[in-house]
Amino acid sequence: MEMFTYTKAAGVAQAIEGGTQAQAKFIAGGTTLLDLMKLNVERPSQLIDINRLPLDQVEKLPDGRLKIGALVRNSDLAHHPAVESDYSVLSQALLQGASAQLRNMATTGGNLLQRTRCMYFRNEAMACNKRTPGSGCSAIEGENRTLAILGTSKDCIATNPSDMNVALTALEATIHIRSVKGERDVSIADFFLLPGTTPQRETVLEPGELITSVTLPAAKAGSKQIYLKLRDRASYEFALSSAAIVAVVNGGKLDYVRVALGGVGTRPWRSLEAERVLHGKAVDQKLFQQAAEAALHGAQPQSQNAFKIPLAKRCITHALTLATA
Amino acid sequence: MPSQKKSLPAHLSRRSFLSSLGAAGVVASAGPVLATAQTATPVAPMAASSTSETMETIQGAIPVSLRVNGKRLDLQVDPRTTLLDCLRETMSLTGTKKGCDHGQCGACTVHVNGRRINSCLTLAVMHEGDEITTIEGLGQPDSLHPVQASFLKHDGYQCGYCTSGQIMSAAALLKEKCGPSDADVKELMSGNICRCGAYPNIVAAIQDVRQQA
Repeated sequence: MEMFTYTKAAGVAQAIEGGTQAQAKFIAGGTTLLDLMKLNVERPSQLIDINRLPLDQVEKLPDGRLKIGALVRNSDLAHHPAVESDYSVLSQALLQGASAQLRNMATTGGNLLQRTRCMYFRNEAMACNKRTPGSGCSAIEGENRTLAILGTSKDCIATNPSDMNVALTALEATIHIRSVKGERDVSIADFFLLPGTTPQRETVLEPGELITSVTLPAAKAGSKQIYLKLRDRASYEFALSSAAIVAVVNGGKLDYVRVALGGVGTRPWRSLEAERVLHGKAVDQKLFQQAAEAALHGAQPQSQNAFKIPLAKRCITHALTLATA
Repeated sequence: MPSQKKSLPAHLSRRSFLSSLGAAGVVASAGPVLATAQTATPVAPMAASSTSETMETIQGAIPVSLRVNGKRLDLQVDPRTTLLDCLRETMSLTGTKKGCDHGQCGACTVHVNGRRINSCLTLAVMHEGDEITTIEGLGQPDSLHPVQASFLKHDGYQCGYCTSGQIMSAAALLKEKCGPSDADVKELMSGNICRCGAYPNIVAAIQDVRQQA
């Protein structure tokens, strides 16, 4: 690990001031950052510890939205009464991610910025456009079984590994950001970037910007929410395919539905295509299959991950069945 | 069909390839990490044997005050030192084990303010004022923690390397939201890997304690 200067931020203003320094990184849970620093994949010269900032509360806003501080730990968020009752897809996704120890460390803001598990990205000896722009992609002709089939480019096929991000996408979260330039809000649909020719840029976050909180719209009355995660082992494993569904069924018809996918996309994958097929229609297995077909239309498999196409379709179909039962 | 080349690029040595494999490269990665840890030195050494050799100045070291097993320690540490390395190498509390050093195996599990975490993925300097408990502070030979006693009773180990992490995890689990079934316990213990496969006895040991509580 390379040497860095360590600073403990006493307040948000001090943190974002520190964030303006070159090669500065904020550290919260540290579960991604320190892991990658040990591998020399991340090499910050300044580490700004934000763990003492007052961003660790979950609060219901007067307009019904839920505000989640960036430092709320994954375990606390998963077990928060408001999340368990009104946003259960988020609770389910968090509890199916990582281990109990990691969930006690990982934060809401940090999880949004979780880096890919692509083994070539994690190995500084291998070519990777995300880690070293222009060096090439070792995964496209390499070990790509776990990598993405949606949103890929000729330069990168890395999967976004987060479960939380998939649930937040289905819940249409908004991300609140602060820097010395001021504050801005970004919808989660606009937060994550496709790799394109610049896979090193994963989000719209600029250097020095700090995520301060995430808000969720007021709970969808009468909705049923499901996070279904399929993986190589039953626990403590990243998704091969996952689906977050928020659905409201009225008189046998889908009045409201949100579909987001994990494990298959280069970013948390909202499927407007599937939602269009489903919206207003009567609950039916055939319909679910059509929605799954629409969601995977245009999927681009690599040499080892074509199995993800039928797997993701079954994942969507089964999750919709559970969410409308 | 894309070719499946397995040969390494010319610039890539076997060592640098292995060292970045994470859990699979435990042996290869232990060297550089330990070297980092050795640069941390206690200001007020715990071990009586600590002499001038451990008191040399460390370049870039910063002060941190830690509370470990009820004792306060004022240290100077290289900021890169993980809590795990600080516990093992600086404080000689070697009950906490280093397995993968990447948060994948759970051998390094300790409690910080009563909650279980992986001590390998956090820096010592991030824990100023926190209450840290290691396996050495959980119970004593003549007054074992109920989970320690239950691991003995149910033979919840074979080689023992993962055991302190398993016990720290299980002791924290007792205070967490966990369903009653063996499957619930297995799910919440999935962050602790046991290569010997002592899982059935570990689950039995934990369930025994939960049922007696």
